[in-house]
Amino acid sequence: MVDLTTDLGFMKLQNPVLAASGTFGYGLEYEPFLDLNALGGIVVKGLYFGPREGNPPPRLAETAGGLINAIGLQGVGVEKFAGEILPQLRKFWTAILVNVCGSNDEEYIKVIEYLDRQEGIVAYELNISCPNVEQNGVCPALDSDRTFSLVQLAKQSSRRPVVVKLSPNVTDIAEIAQAAEEAGADGLSLINTILAMAVDIETRRPKLANVFGGLSGPAIKPIALRMVYQVASAVDIPVIGMGGIGSGADALEFLIAGARAVEVGTANFIDPTAMVKIVREVEDFCRRNDLRKISEIIGTLKLWPSKKGG
Amino acid sequence: MPKDPAAKIIRNEEWGDYHLFRIESAAVTPGSQPGQFLMVRVNDSIYPLLRRPLSIHARERTILEIFFKVTGQGTALLAQRKEGQELDILGPLGKGFAWDAGLKGQAVLLVGGGRGIAPLYFLAQELRASGVRVKVLYGGRSLPDLALRQKFEKSGLDVACSTDDGTHGFRGVVTELLQEEIKKNIPAALYACGPDPMMKKTAEIAGRKKIPAQFSLESMMGCGFGACWGCVKRIRKGDAGAWRKICEDGPVFSAEEIVWEEEN
Repeated sequence: MVDLTTDLGFMKLQNPVLAASGTFGYGLEYEPFLDLNALGGIVVKGLYFGPREGNPPPRLAETAGGLINAIGLQGVGVEKFAGEILPQLRKFWTAILVNVCGSNDEEYIKVIEYLDRQEGIVAYELNISCPNVEQNGVCPALDSDRTFSLVQLAKQSSRRPVVVKLSPNVTDIAEIAQAAEEAGADGLSLINTILAMAVDIETRRPKLANVFGGLSGPAIKPIALRMVYQVASAVDIPVIGMGGIGSGADALEFLIAGARAVEVGTANFIDPTAMVKIVREVEDFCRRNDLRKISEIIGTLKLWPSKKGG
Repeated sequence: MPKDPAAKIIRNEEWGDYHLFRIESAAVTPGSQPGQFLMVRVNDSIYPLLRRPLSIHARERTILEIFFKVTGQGTALLAQRKEGQELDILGPLGKGFAWDAGLKGQAVLLVGGGRGIAPLYFLAQELRASGVRVKVLYGGRSLPDLALRQKFEKSGLDVACSTDDGTHGFRGVVTELLQEEIKKNIPAALYACGPDPMMKKTAEIAGRKKIPAQFSLESMMGCGFGACWGCVKRIRKGDAGAWRKICEDGPVFSAEEIVWEEEN
């Protein structure tokens, strides 16, 4: 028996595999396919205070090993979530995190204050990195000062732990990560999608009505892994890694690189039972390698001799 | 469990770019309704990454059929799959066509354009079993686009065809054939599936004659079961309209619900 329990300090999970926000709806969409109780956690789709209309279609473009989306955070808002969805999610023992959005500081705080009055949420994932809301993919996570002030404000307002979701669309992600840590973030999750585009050569139109979107899927995994390694090496708070994870081996790469847990996103679309498979594959790997606890593998990357102490 | 990673392809029938698969799946077949669809994984690789949404063309005990046209790399790879191989499918998904007992004994028209004919065979069979008098209008650009013409005829359904180039049946688009048809008889209901311009025109005709009409919409989909919010269309549900999911709220919508966007 392998002990998969994962302790991030501010939250304990039964296993290190969580569903990534924006790819798992509000969780219940997956109930026909799998037992939600088998998951380490669910980060539900980003919530603004009110319902949000989202971007016009087309919202999706498929690329080699990847998916570009520009959904624009269409969603039901906190009231409907708390009134209709959260009561159903509370029946599961899986950790529920809510991805918190805002079009300005005040809205982030309003969302947090509203959700703070609801039971059944373990932590917030502060979404400061959605590329599909403002022009040209602009978001708070592109700037360390903006990240610092927003995270500080969120922490002051929240009674719950705050995980900050970072953008890969920056020059130095470790610098943004450190700003979030200094501002009091309890943990970091990365990466959000990579700003991208695709063109239909017949019509010469961008494949997305929004022109730009966020790239996810297997295509982004190496970039995500590099960034998770950089961030995990630069901060002391727990890092949750994501980006193109579709197998146990993918998840293990992130754990070895320093992530304490992982989120699975696009893979859920292709196989709605993907997370159950990933947990099983991680467990099998541990058993084969005589690891009694999943925690034994976290951050165990062995550098080549030429890189040691360098 | 609406998932079968090992459904079996028992037949891959081909007419040029058009393919009909017969698929054995005891897990997915039961309870499937006309207008519902499958999400089909065309192969085991990450290229293409996403499943392809394909409507259910026919149902027979534990056997489903899908009918599709090779329109891109995903369907091209799917078309190469062989009889005897396993196919990974999710379904039945979405909300299909609706009809009530009041339609018994009445005449309805089914209007299909090209590969949009796919769900209308299943619908025709079920309507006929409910005692509804069904006539199918089947349009294509040219004779090779009417791949299922003989299948419809053999099943004893009343079928009228149109081709844009006049190689078979009525010369012109299927909505012109529809206009001719309703000069003779006003159907009690209209069901349509095909390219957007065809369905939009069908909706206009139905609206003018006050014929209740339902449309099966098509979209690229990320997941097919409501999680990704990628396949939206402007739909009214007693409101001014919102981006609603084709996969979950549809793919079949009534004429009043659909806000047809202007092409530009």
